[in-house]
Amino acid sequence: MSKTYFTEDHEWLRVEGNVATVGITKYAQEQLGDLVFVDLPTTGKAVVKGGAAVVVESVKAASDVYAPVDGSITDVNTALSSDPAIVNGAPESDGWLWKMTLSNPSQLDGLMDEAAYLKMVG
Amino acid sequence: MTAPFSARHIGPSDADRKSMLKTLGVTSVETIISQTIPANIRLGHDLDLPEAVSEAEALAELQEKLAHNNVLKSFIGQGYHGTNVPPVIQRNLFENPAWYTAYTPYQAEISQGRLELLFHFQTLVCELTGLDVASASLLDEATAVAEAVGIAVRHHKGERDRIIIAGALHPQVTDVIETRAGPLGLTIDCEYIDAKTAAVIVPWPDTYGVYRDFKQTIKQAKAAGALVIAVCDPLALVVTESPASWGADIAAGSTQRFGVPIAFGGPHAAYLAVTDALTRLMPGRLVGQSVDTKGRPGYRLALQTREQHIRRDKATSNICTAQALLANMAAAYSIWHGPEGLSEIATQVHSLASRFAAAVTEAGNTVAGNSFFDTVTVSAPGRANAIAQDAERGGRFVRAIDADRVAVSFDEASSELDAFELAELFGASSLPAEAETKLPAPRKGKFLTQAVFHENRSETQMMRFLRRLADKDLALDRAMIPLGSCTMKLNAAAEMMPVSWPSVANLHPFAPDKHTKGIREMIAELENWLCEITGFAAVSLQPNAGSQGEYAGLLAIRAYHASRGQAHRTVCLIPSSAHGTNPASASMVGFDVVVVKCTEQGEVDVDDLTAKAVQHADRLAALMVTYPSTHGVFEETIKDICAIVHDHGGQVYLDGANLNAMVGLARPGDIGGDVCHMNLHKTFAIPHGGGGPGVGPIGVAAHLKKFLPGHVTRKTRQAVSGAPWGSAGILAISWMYIRMLGPDGVRKASENAILSANYIATRLSAHFPVLYKGDNGRVAHECIFDFRPFKETAGVSVEDVAKRLTDYGFHAPTMSWPVAGTLMVEPTESEPKVELDRFCDAMISIAAEIQMMADGKMSKTDNPLVNAPHTAEEVTADVWDHPYTRAKAAFPSGAGQAAVKYWPPVSRIDNVYGDRNLVCSCPPIEAIAV
Repeated sequence: MSKTYFTEDHEWLRVEGNVATVGITKYAQEQLGDLVFVDLPTTGKAVVKGGAAVVVESVKAASDVYAPVDGSITDVNTALSSDPAIVNGAPESDGWLWKMTLSNPSQLDGLMDEAAYLKMVG
Repeated sequence: MTAPFSARHIGPSDADRKSMLKTLGVTSVETIISQTIPANIRLGHDLDLPEAVSEAEALAELQEKLAHNNVLKSFIGQGYHGTNVPPVIQRNLFENPAWYTAYTPYQAEISQGRLELLFHFQTLVCELTGLDVASASLLDEATAVAEAVGIAVRHHKGERDRIIIAGALHPQVTDVIETRAGPLGLTIDCEYIDAKTAAVIVPWPDTYGVYRDFKQTIKQAKAAGALVIAVCDPLALVVTESPASWGADIAAGSTQRFGVPIAFGGPHAAYLAVTDALTRLMPGRLVGQSVDTKGRPGYRLALQTREQHIRRDKATSNICTAQALLANMAAAYSIWHGPEGLSEIATQVHSLASRFAAAVTEAGNTVAGNSFFDTVTVSAPGRANAIAQDAERGGRFVRAIDADRVAVSFDEASSELDAFELAELFGASSLPAEAETKLPAPRKGKFLTQAVFHENRSETQMMRFLRRLADKDLALDRAMIPLGSCTMKLNAAAEMMPVSWPSVANLHPFAPDKHTKGIREMIAELENWLCEITGFAAVSLQPNAGSQGEYAGLLAIRAYHASRGQAHRTVCLIPSSAHGTNPASASMVGFDVVVVKCTEQGEVDVDDLTAKAVQHADRLAALMVTYPSTHGVFEETIKDICAIVHDHGGQVYLDGANLNAMVGLARPGDIGGDVCHMNLHKTFAIPHGGGGPGVGPIGVAAHLKKFLPGHVTRKTRQAVSGAPWGSAGILAISWMYIRMLGPDGVRKASENAILSANYIATRLSAHFPVLYKGDNGRVAHECIFDFRPFKETAGVSVEDVAKRLTDYGFHAPTMSWPVAGTLMVEPTESEPKVELDRFCDAMISIAAEIQMMADGKMSKTDNPLVNAPHTAEEVTADVWDHPYTRAKAAFPSGAGQAAVKYWPPVSRIDNVYGDRNLVCSCPPIEAIAV
């Protein structure tokens, strides 16, 4: 059974066991506009909470997407290399960015659930 | 007696000024200035500059000065070669204001002509190098190779720090690479290739003209995962194998010899090409093909997220501009000659070089290497200087590499007689009619098969081709270009004329000093005048753009701290409102950027600045601050700001992008700046060239003088450009500007720039909010109008307004910078009142159009703004189904506009499509014919 968390930096992560799938929220996607490029990391890379893991680019902005928790990257959504628009179309499903292990699951405690996140973005 | 030049340069007449002052509710220009510029920074006296002279007098004076140059025929080479500028290109492009007064093509729809020609430039470079992607040019060969090194370092994500130079580059290129490498902690050597090697640089050919065998080296580089950077002469590539075919990942070099004058060192367009995989690591401008709203092909600047104005300190480089005018000349040259013509030129150059080599070998001399293109290095133990002097007596420059070697470099302008008489200097008595080719592996297959390189061979066609392209663009020869922070002022004809004189255009930058007295005297005068104008002790004219000035200035600050045992000072404070180049430059000198907040009024937050200066006092290196500010305001606190930074051990870098508001009224050096760059292409009348050239000299206070850039040919180091005085060939423009305006004229120019900006701010403030003003409600030389509210009320974006201005016949102001959703307007002193009014009327008319949508009288999704710009094709189509008239679409200023109408060739270009489907060169014809 999975559980979905949200961060103040507009990322979501869906946790199943010790693996989280990470992406940007619908709200973030709307703010960024049409994405033209997603700079994906290499698998196996260790990331720390708050560190930049991915860069998403629209025609006018390049934005870092931060790792919401510590861990290491196990998979990336390679479909985005040829079609970054998937993130715009389905940010919270097919437009996922990467999967990662959780080395410190207690960090999840500080994150929001969907209701709290939606309240934050108003 | 004709009117003084100042009355020609400054747009508004005396009567206009009176009327404008009335609109502002004051009676004198001085009142406006005193309301605008803080009293504590005003310059209390006239600048000590020579009194103004007329256009004819200034031209005569400069001509006499430049007569002290001896322009001998050059065989020096070393990156600068003789070329025959095709007269059809000289007259219809190089000397044509439709080309040279245009701005950087950010507004794609009104820039299709030069974007198209730059696209052809990229195609040319891809064809010659065999690589996938070429940029729209860089500033010079030396910085292009340094930028290529930057790509390699980024490619390895900073994990590799060794650069191998595999053979002898031109000394000035090596010098710039070393300058760049130092602060980034890169080591450069010629030793083994290992797992820490980011790049291997291969000169093709080397500075002695020789092609060495690099097969083993390239194999090792590939095995170690290092990138191979080929530094190639593009004319040689016409007849030799492409670098991609032998393993190059990146190629760089100069396209100067494609029909661009030597001009004492520049400006010239460097090229840079990479494999597909490296595209997003490329610095600088890249033209891409996209589509407009009707699906028609159209060009635009692509992948801008790489650049400093978006990525700031994480940008691929601090490069802002290109050498658009010169790249376009090189593209036009190759279109004019086509592949056959280029091959003939290259073959002829090589033939002269190989016949010369055969003659001197026959006479008992030894030449370097087995394989060369145009340059032959001859051994002459102990006699090199004597031979060079003999050559000068015969009217020719050759290159004495050292006491024992002479290099002779042939080019398009060389003749058989030249080759013979030069060979005689080495004891030869004849020149063989033929000689064996000494080229490395020849080019395989056809190249430049694209139609454009075959269609324009008669002069009539070429003239019309260039005219057709120019007609697509909106340059200063048609209308005001009110770009904030860009200072699109008049580039007067008299200022431009010396650029074409042979005494400037044909002078080699490394000619012996005794032959270049005239131009160096002009340069020294210009340096002195710029010192006087800025209040500094010394000026370096070497930086080829404002960004390069920033880099040179920060290097000087870094070296100053190091000289005092304070090398640990690496914190650079930069206000959040700063141009993206500032943090990008700081990061290139290894500084750590700390952002200082701005207040809601757009001014530097002095409390935050103080707190951060205190916090980082032990490590504070510098503050970079733009003055007047990027928000177009003279901050009252500037002197305090400078004092706070000095008190905490830092130096003040003053960004002079907005210097046009200050000349003769206040001086950066007096305010407290330690370094300041000037943009000669803004304040001092050098045209923007459609996206370069630029010239970005720096002025420094006395304690920084010894840290200014040097040059290997002047026996000093730490160069930031390939040529000792950068783009020396266009410095005459600024010399003429200052000489013709004099102390009175340059001050009046600034006063009028401020007056005109305030006039526009006042006329439009009832319609659009003016975002920032000084304490007395005045703006400096530019003003920012806020369009953000209209998104909500009328569904109109600032981009819609910018594109709608095209329908009115204007180039848009600076869009969404420094604040998103705004337009920044800078009229400059040169625009006459009638043009200022035409612009204000257009803006007021647009305000009324916006009101229609706000009031619900016009659709928010189908209206003249969201559909702008309107092409002739659309407004003359049989079907017209918009809720406004065709006349409203095309002639919004009224029926009178029809006679002077500028028609955009495309409707709005799709930026997203262009970046998702990157096309930045034209495929060869066989790839199209499926």
